[in-house]
Amino acid sequence: MSIAIKVENLSKAYRLGQIGTGTISRDLERWYARMRGKEDPFLRIGETNDRSTKGSSDIVWSLKDINFEIEQGGAVGIIGRNGAGKSTLLKILSKVTAPTTGKISGKGRIASLLEVGTGFHPELSGRENIFLNGAILGMRKKEIQRKFDEIVDFAGIERYIDTPVKRYSSGMYVRLAFAVAAHLESEILIVDEVLAVGDAEFQKKCLGKMGEVSKGEGRTVLFVSHNMGSVQQLCNRSIILDQGGIRFDGAVNLGIGIYHQNIMSNKQSFYVNETDVKKKISKISLVNETDEVLSTITSFDQKSHLRFEISLDSSKGVNFGCTIFNEQGDAVMSTPVFDNFDAAKNNQVIKIEFPSNLLKAGNYYLEGALWQHDGEVIEQNDCYLTISVEPRNKNEILEKGVRGILLNPFEWKA
Amino acid sequence: MQTNQHNWTIESKSSLLDLKLKEVWAYRDLLGLLVRRDFVSFYKQTVLGPLWFFIQPLFTTIIFTFIFGNLAGISTDDLPKPLFYMAGITAWNYFADCLTKTSTVFKDNANIFGKVYFPRLIMPLSIVVSNLVRFGVQMILFLLMMAYYYFVVGASFNITWAIALFPLIVVLMALLGLGTGMIISAMTTKYRDLAFLVTFGVQLLMYATTVIYPLSEAFNKYPAYAWIIAYNPMTPIIETFRYGFLGEGSFSWGSLGYATGVTLFFLIFGIVIFNKVERNFVDTV
Repeated sequence: MSIAIKVENLSKAYRLGQIGTGTISRDLERWYARMRGKEDPFLRIGETNDRSTKGSSDIVWSLKDINFEIEQGGAVGIIGRNGAGKSTLLKILSKVTAPTTGKISGKGRIASLLEVGTGFHPELSGRENIFLNGAILGMRKKEIQRKFDEIVDFAGIERYIDTPVKRYSSGMYVRLAFAVAAHLESEILIVDEVLAVGDAEFQKKCLGKMGEVSKGEGRTVLFVSHNMGSVQQLCNRSIILDQGGIRFDGAVNLGIGIYHQNIMSNKQSFYVNETDVKKKISKISLVNETDEVLSTITSFDQKSHLRFEISLDSSKGVNFGCTIFNEQGDAVMSTPVFDNFDAAKNNQVIKIEFPSNLLKAGNYYLEGALWQHDGEVIEQNDCYLTISVEPRNKNEILEKGVRGILLNPFEWKA
Repeated sequence: MQTNQHNWTIESKSSLLDLKLKEVWAYRDLLGLLVRRDFVSFYKQTVLGPLWFFIQPLFTTIIFTFIFGNLAGISTDDLPKPLFYMAGITAWNYFADCLTKTSTVFKDNANIFGKVYFPRLIMPLSIVVSNLVRFGVQMILFLLMMAYYYFVVGASFNITWAIALFPLIVVLMALLGLGTGMIISAMTTKYRDLAFLVTFGVQLLMYATTVIYPLSEAFNKYPAYAWIIAYNPMTPIIETFRYGFLGEGSFSWGSLGYATGVTLFFLIFGIVIFNKVERNFVDTV
């Protein structure tokens, strides 16, 4: 697989507040600094300031030192709160605005859909607008002609094709606009939250089309949405952006889980990876009966265990417990509380059986916590472990389709 | 699926000398469609439709004939006054339209530019070509006037060989308007003040061009200041235009060459500054 998009040290600074007053003098100042080969004073101010500290600077880094690569044919969902930098990233990728520093290189034509119906002229008919909009997105006239029937068919507006689009309902407008963009022959498709406007049926159709594009035709898709359902359906990888930086980059299910956790806990910042701090809960793993580490549960005859390594200075009155979350971020179940730490040992290993027979196929992740008897949390670990449970029978879809969070391990008798 | 696997990079700086003309060529279909859009949307839901293209130069000519011709008595080189003015107005309008429309191109298209990428140069180019349609219609009006004065009134004027320079003159007017317009548009994204200056400045500039008087008259009356008018690159263009169609006007290869040089300079400088601003204008406009 070759790399379709490579982003290196990408940053983008914005100036807050009023633009216009004092710009000439500031421009001259910047120009003079550059002439003498010094650092741009405009950017130096911004660097030393965190954007969460108020008032001290009018420069914010909407994106700061972003690095990632996307393989050809990958479908990546970019998730994050409002203002996390998602749209800025897409804007830079679509060449609408230039980065402040850094570089993006890539391969193949980009079709970007930051908004539907850009360049539609209300006075022109649907037919004329298909050509105009297609050309704005970078299609040649011949290409549009070839795809014309397909576009009209996808939008489902045959009857109105020669009516000015100002007479269209907003739904029809969006349908037509998406149809044009979806039929653009590009190697990379970038879609910002644009589907929110259509009705459920059309949203489904669009997601279907995008899935077809990425899975069937091997095109690369970058998708921004707040609708985790669509991200999950469409993408195989997720990138969580927060305050201009990448907080997570990995499997889509895990990303969504982490995103939900953080949104629910309403923390000011996203969790940081486990490597940097000394942790009391130092290691979590899934092991089989001979203590070999597993990542996937495939066999349900053998028992598997969750293994925790915990180091404590004083184990007096310390409790430990662990919660299993599913892909959607729902807490599926929690272990019983363990409070029998050996005061003589510094590093302790405890195990508990993993309830694989209760879990449906899918990905699960764990969160462990240490707390004192009075309820004060010592450590709530952020060391998420992903465990995937394979389907029991060959028919995965059937198993996923079973209602309920857990599987029933009992058997029928007749 | 076509395999169009070209490699690209996006960086914070780009070369000043990269005029991106190849990219513009790849989007040539868009240019045609934008021109069509402008033309069709101009007269949709109007009663008179394309007739509006006639009305403006016609009325301006009538008013100029009254005020400058009769009231002020400015010489028109022995040409019928309406013909003299209309020649100037038709040519000047094309240049002025190109300039004013191009100078607001970022502001007018902020919405599209903020959402989708295509070579930005396409927009000002489409303005110039759209105005060419309008100019063509006004040229028909001018030719009709010429025929009327020649056959019905029997006025004396003669078409000279310089009419062969007409295509060059049109290109010069278009490119000069485009170049200066792009420079102004690039500067107005940050400093809005210039936008106020444009409409008013273009009007003043008309009086510094030989639209309502011949160049010879300027040298007669104000020999000390007439060089300002002669150095205005639009002056040789309009003088050549009049000389070609009506046989009066000061034509010289030197001044036309000068106008061509100035036009090329403004054009290249305009494209360079336009391409530079285009990369970040979304953040400042």
